[in-house]
Amino acid sequence: MPSRDLPHAACGKSFFLRRKIDLSMTQDRKSFIGWLQAGPMMLIFALFFLLPLVFVTIVSAWDYNEYEMIPAFSLRGYTDTFEGCIADLPELCTILKTYLKTVKLCLLTWSLTLLIGFTVAYFLAFHVRSKTWQIVLTLLCTIPFWTSNVIRMIAWIPLLGRNGLVNKGLQGMGLIKQPLEWLLFSEFSVVLALVHLFTFFMVVPIFNSMIRIDKRLIEAAYDAGATGWQTLVNIIIPLAKPGIVIGSIFVITIVMGDFVTIGVMGGQQIPSAGKIIEARLNALQFPAAAANAVILLGITILIISSLTRIVDIRKEL
Amino acid sequence: MGDRRSKSFYFLGAFFIAYVLFLYGPMFAIYILSFQGPDGGLTFPMNGVSLVWFGKVFSGSGIVDIGAAFNRSLKLGLVVMILTVLISVSAGMAFRKAFRGSTILFYVAIASLIMPSIITSLGIALEFRLLDDFLVKHSEGWTTAMGLFTSGLGAHLTWTLPFGLLIMFAIFNRFDGRLEEAARDLGATPWQTFRHVVLPIILPSVVGIGLFGFTLSWDELARSSQAIGSVNTLPLELQGLTTTVTKPDIYALGSLTSAVSFLVIFVALIVILVLQARQRRHGSDAGKGMV
Repeated sequence: MPSRDLPHAACGKSFFLRRKIDLSMTQDRKSFIGWLQAGPMMLIFALFFLLPLVFVTIVSAWDYNEYEMIPAFSLRGYTDTFEGCIADLPELCTILKTYLKTVKLCLLTWSLTLLIGFTVAYFLAFHVRSKTWQIVLTLLCTIPFWTSNVIRMIAWIPLLGRNGLVNKGLQGMGLIKQPLEWLLFSEFSVVLALVHLFTFFMVVPIFNSMIRIDKRLIEAAYDAGATGWQTLVNIIIPLAKPGIVIGSIFVITIVMGDFVTIGVMGGQQIPSAGKIIEARLNALQFPAAAANAVILLGITILIISSLTRIVDIRKEL
Repeated sequence: MGDRRSKSFYFLGAFFIAYVLFLYGPMFAIYILSFQGPDGGLTFPMNGVSLVWFGKVFSGSGIVDIGAAFNRSLKLGLVVMILTVLISVSAGMAFRKAFRGSTILFYVAIASLIMPSIITSLGIALEFRLLDDFLVKHSEGWTTAMGLFTSGLGAHLTWTLPFGLLIMFAIFNRFDGRLEEAARDLGATPWQTFRHVVLPIILPSVVGIGLFGFTLSWDELARSSQAIGSVNTLPLELQGLTTTVTKPDIYALGSLTSAVSFLVIFVALIVILVLQARQRRHGSDAGKGMV
């Protein structure tokens, strides 16, 4: 806190007294109190986040049989995962196909959430002028985030099912004869549900970046004869980039590891990186599950680190 | 950006309304369908109106023991809420001064937030399984350390605490540090400064942290999936039902679960508004002359 060392209006006698005490209270002591205050959080993350990650890494290199893990070094978890990847060439093996599918779902969801999230954030930041309305409308977008994801998934069933509203409506209008089967329990419904659930994660950071853009910059561009489109491309998008990157990190990591939405909305038929881990766990093959987790983690870290090259997260919060 | 609304305003406004309809529309569909008549099915049209399906949920007939899962989720949610508030506020205060490891803690929190949930869940499951294996060997009659308030609680905190911390950052970004200095100059101890100056100012946002803590835990699914032990929370039961149930009782259960969420959100927002109104009344005596 640099402001504490600045002389200011209150610099009477007490200020100098305080300063003396501040100096005698060394940096070490402050650091110690900081440690005490942050201690519980550090402990929770150490016990329930960092240590588990260490165990995942260790167990991924253990041996296993049908029902338990065996604490002996073995790369079976990895070799089983990539089984057939060389033998089946030029066909793709299961794991690569699964990852390709996951990445495809991820890119579809990412581009849609970005498009919708950016537009919504733009409206909230630049077109809603009163602060109260801004809060009310932001809250309107946030409330579903506080309700259950599973319910928001189930909610699509009466709309998209074989006898759902959409099929009934289209049939009523005479546009189709047979109900559309690809509306529910398909890749379509998975992407729809993912966009439905996670656009929020784009809206908030992008809105946060946009709200900090100095309005005078936009006026200056306008005065200098820029069209609305030019202002958007040359001023707003570059300045909103941090928000876009943070939102992208959220959405991409969620979708890459997702197994619940893909499971429920895909009718448990669509494979994904997260579902492989779940399947291995259900078969009690812990080292294989852990090996898959390490692979997924590696890919996720790769994506994030390439995204964070573009922006420094810490500065933006 | 003149004073008159441009064409793009109406276009974007329509887009926003469409987005809100997209957000809420499907949810309302199941709230309505949970009042389906006794002969009604999973889709529209409504076959009469009744409370039959709610009755089914409460009597527990046809559905696994929902009441117990409901209670478990409620208790866990409340504990997670309290811990999230206490730990986040405390850590948020720590970040106001430089302490060693603050950068690392920040990045760990962010990592915990964006880590694919299945990995965290798997890790916690492995940790407790190995601990159990060790304890079974070394102590008589040991069964398991895994459970709702051990591994389950930990799994939920790895999800709620990053949100709590980020909200604390947002609070202190706008906080006027001179208020604390003034309190110190008037001779307040650090605790008095916190209790009588800092806390009343940040209280509305702290209620927000509690809101996040409860609702995120109440709806948490992916992290609990492997780390909860032998019992299930409500979202886990709900997920299980999606593959087996063909009657609207799942909608009734969904509506009840959402009702709890909405109740909590409503209460939290009211409390926040009341606190803010109080602050405006008592907050400043500027312009009221010499006291």
